[in-house]
Amino acid sequence: MSSIAGNPDTHSHDHHDHGHAPTGLARWLFTTNHKDIGTLYLIFSLIMFFIGGAMAMVIRAELFMPGLQLVEPDFFNQMTTMHALIMVFGAVMPAWVGFANWMIPMMVGAPDMALPRMNNWSFWILPFAFTMLLSTLFMDSGGPAAGWTLYPPLSLQTGDSFAFVVFAVHMMGISSIMGSINIIATIMNMRAPDMTLMRMPLFVWTWLITAYLLIAVMPVLAGAVTMLLTDHFFATSFFNAAGGGDPVMFQHIFWFFGHPEVYIMILPAFGVVSQIIPTFSRKPLFGYNAMVYATASIAFLSFIVWAHHMFTVGMPLQGELFFMYATMLIAVPTGVKVFNWVSTMWKGAMTFETPMLFAIGFVVLFTIGGLSGLMLAIAAADLQYHDTYFVVAHFHYVLVPGAVFALMAGAYYWLPKWTGNMYSEKWGKIHFWLSTIFVNVLFFPQHYLGLAGMPRRIPDYSPQFADFNMWSSIGGFAFGVTQLIFVGVIIHCVRGSKAKATDQVWEGARGLEWTVPSPAPHHTFDTPPVLDHATWEHGNRESH
Amino acid sequence: MNKENSFIVAIAVLAAMCAAFWLLLAAPALTGNEINMPVGVTPQSVTHYELHMIILWICVVIGILVFTAMFTSIILHRKSRGQEPATFSHSTKAEIAWTVIPVLILVAMAVPATKALVVMEDPSGADMTVKITGYQWKWKYEYIDEDIEFVSSLKAESNAARQLNSGIDPTSVDNYLLDVDKPLVLPVGKKVKFLITADDVLHAWWVPDFGWKRDAIPGYINESWTIIEQPGTYRGQCAELCGKDHGFMPVVVVALPEDEYRQWVSEQRGEAIVAAAASEREWTLPELMEKGEQVYASQCATCHQADGQGLPPAFPALAGSAIATGSLKEHLEVVLKGREGTAMQAFEDTLTPSDIAAAVTYTRNAFGNETGDLVQPATIADATKG
Repeated sequence: MSSIAGNPDTHSHDHHDHGHAPTGLARWLFTTNHKDIGTLYLIFSLIMFFIGGAMAMVIRAELFMPGLQLVEPDFFNQMTTMHALIMVFGAVMPAWVGFANWMIPMMVGAPDMALPRMNNWSFWILPFAFTMLLSTLFMDSGGPAAGWTLYPPLSLQTGDSFAFVVFAVHMMGISSIMGSINIIATIMNMRAPDMTLMRMPLFVWTWLITAYLLIAVMPVLAGAVTMLLTDHFFATSFFNAAGGGDPVMFQHIFWFFGHPEVYIMILPAFGVVSQIIPTFSRKPLFGYNAMVYATASIAFLSFIVWAHHMFTVGMPLQGELFFMYATMLIAVPTGVKVFNWVSTMWKGAMTFETPMLFAIGFVVLFTIGGLSGLMLAIAAADLQYHDTYFVVAHFHYVLVPGAVFALMAGAYYWLPKWTGNMYSEKWGKIHFWLSTIFVNVLFFPQHYLGLAGMPRRIPDYSPQFADFNMWSSIGGFAFGVTQLIFVGVIIHCVRGSKAKATDQVWEGARGLEWTVPSPAPHHTFDTPPVLDHATWEHGNRESH
Repeated sequence: MNKENSFIVAIAVLAAMCAAFWLLLAAPALTGNEINMPVGVTPQSVTHYELHMIILWICVVIGILVFTAMFTSIILHRKSRGQEPATFSHSTKAEIAWTVIPVLILVAMAVPATKALVVMEDPSGADMTVKITGYQWKWKYEYIDEDIEFVSSLKAESNAARQLNSGIDPTSVDNYLLDVDKPLVLPVGKKVKFLITADDVLHAWWVPDFGWKRDAIPGYINESWTIIEQPGTYRGQCAELCGKDHGFMPVVVVALPEDEYRQWVSEQRGEAIVAAAASEREWTLPELMEKGEQVYASQCATCHQADGQGLPPAFPALAGSAIATGSLKEHLEVVLKGREGTAMQAFEDTLTPSDIAAAVTYTRNAFGNETGDLVQPATIADATKG
């Protein structure tokens, strides 16, 4: 082992270009180091998580009881729109890129990302993109209020701030595409000599597939919003029926992007959970190959199910049937994943540290979101579910106790490696239990509201919906406050924790990242590590 | 731990899972909210309810089985019980089983789901047709063959109560947000075909008791149908985000027995004759101002505000505005034809000439706009004909 990791710390001091490394702000501004950039991404996404969360608090406060008490309906619509844009593009996606930056080079045994300067640029675009997006809230014409899907013709009624929204989306897209190119280049070219594709950790696999999805669909979104831009400001009629255009075409284009996009947010979550469950079960991942193939199948299917978001637009029967069958099929590879996680736990020797708790929470609650997704796939029943709170409950289950719980799990899992300190297990567990209780109080009642007929995106409602909205709001406020514990745990771990982490950190941990010291030195794997698969891997033992 | 004890743990977990799911499904009823998808009153709504319940039960059973396996493992296979980890990492038999069995379940589910969709998409053989047009933020209903058309928007009581800090308790308003000034009236037991479109942005027409919603899209005419099997009043809402008052454009349908429906139709014709006569006679300024104030409150005030100050810049003020105090011709042009790319719609499509004349006269003489201009309904009628 010492031959693998050596002591990279000593290497870095005499490394040729680090005698004059900048410090302070310049270090972060000009950094090309994957760990620094990973940290920037993670801090940025956490800030966005709280900004987007504050908007959710405004929404839940207005919906606390019937009648309008706090905000005008137009501002309410700006909040729902911005909440989604910020959470999707500002919180969840950059957080996964942050994990990719930190972990992929260490997991494949590479010294850094393949394209370090581009890495810097792909991060530093984001603060400007989101400053521009958020600034629209302070403009005369207000922020975008047509929903994050930006459906025309309504989105074309946005005032001049619309141009800022479109350019912000373009910048986010450029950032994502550059990040993806970097990840693909790193994984394809910089793996340790013995690390074949089918020996890669699952997190690396899921990110590789995610990166291809991003490159495939971000340009589609860019095209769609550019057409909106020219319709709005240059009198084209791509989506204007009166000028020969087609408002439904936008929806097809948007969801051709939008459906793969939801898998972009969840596939890396599958990867993280597939790292954590074997570690704390002290047992190899069950069905490694099946996990890889299932991820690839889900990614492929994600391109041919987009119109299940559009069952009410009046598609021909044949189209509705195709998209219904294709959507139902996704349940199969997704089911394989859930069964494999449970089988990994089966007959293991489990312990329940915070990362494992969040991973188990993920499996249970993501499965609930997956099952409601199966219900939504039934096109005829969807004519009732569509655009109600049932849909809101569904996608929040897969995104909050889904993607966000996996992010929390990953953060607790790797925090000791990043900082060299153990976080407070007690406060981590308190964070988990409060989050789990309140996320369900927040979102489960929304299923009932949707079935009872409450449409989504409304600022006020009939009193018959009052009880469950009040529950949901209480859960929302409590869930929001609970996340402050997470910040506290991180700050304590980074600055104050006295418990030092070992190199391996977790007894059952396997993988190259656990062979380097904690905290991981600024530069790791200056020379490629020799892979000792029996010791360092979780899965795919039979293929060696 | 021996096999027998493990079995007991598994049974106990299964029982706990069943109890947990029962609690989740029964929670609405236990808290006094009878909440599930409505069975409804049309052939589609009954079918869609049944589909919903089948797929829900499939999901519940799958959920119980998966979570039972998982929590049994969590209880039994923990390090603190001295468990030694097993080393197996795959099982081809198990993996084939849990790929094939879900496929079979899905195929079985696809059969009723397909049948329901085939029925839903067949509007042929209709007894009557109603065209529905969505506007920001109201619905227009046209009875094809009957020469009846009218606009249906949020009832005044709800509209007053829903203003920010109105001070009116929503629970004191009957059918708060789910009531309209003039409901769609349909006969029971007839196959009604709907032609659904929109004039400005997307909307979606939805009555949960009918079992479906359908988008209203500018430039498209979507078809749908219903057969209402029981007389009654059925309430729903716009289901596609359509701007600031998306939450305030309800759908109300009153289903009447055939004979009462015919009677309602003949009353409508009488009202149409009265309205036509109103367009032809000369009106005085006080008459126009009185009617104009009502029309303004129901049609214009949501954007331009009751005091004419608007919500600039999206919704400009009318008090002292260049349009409302300037050339009458331009003013009429905007009101009749609308402004593309904004929420200002072509009111010639939804209001009668006397309504428009009254509203224009009102805005030219209220909020300090003392132009003294008076617009006769006949002028509007001529303008819209031309």
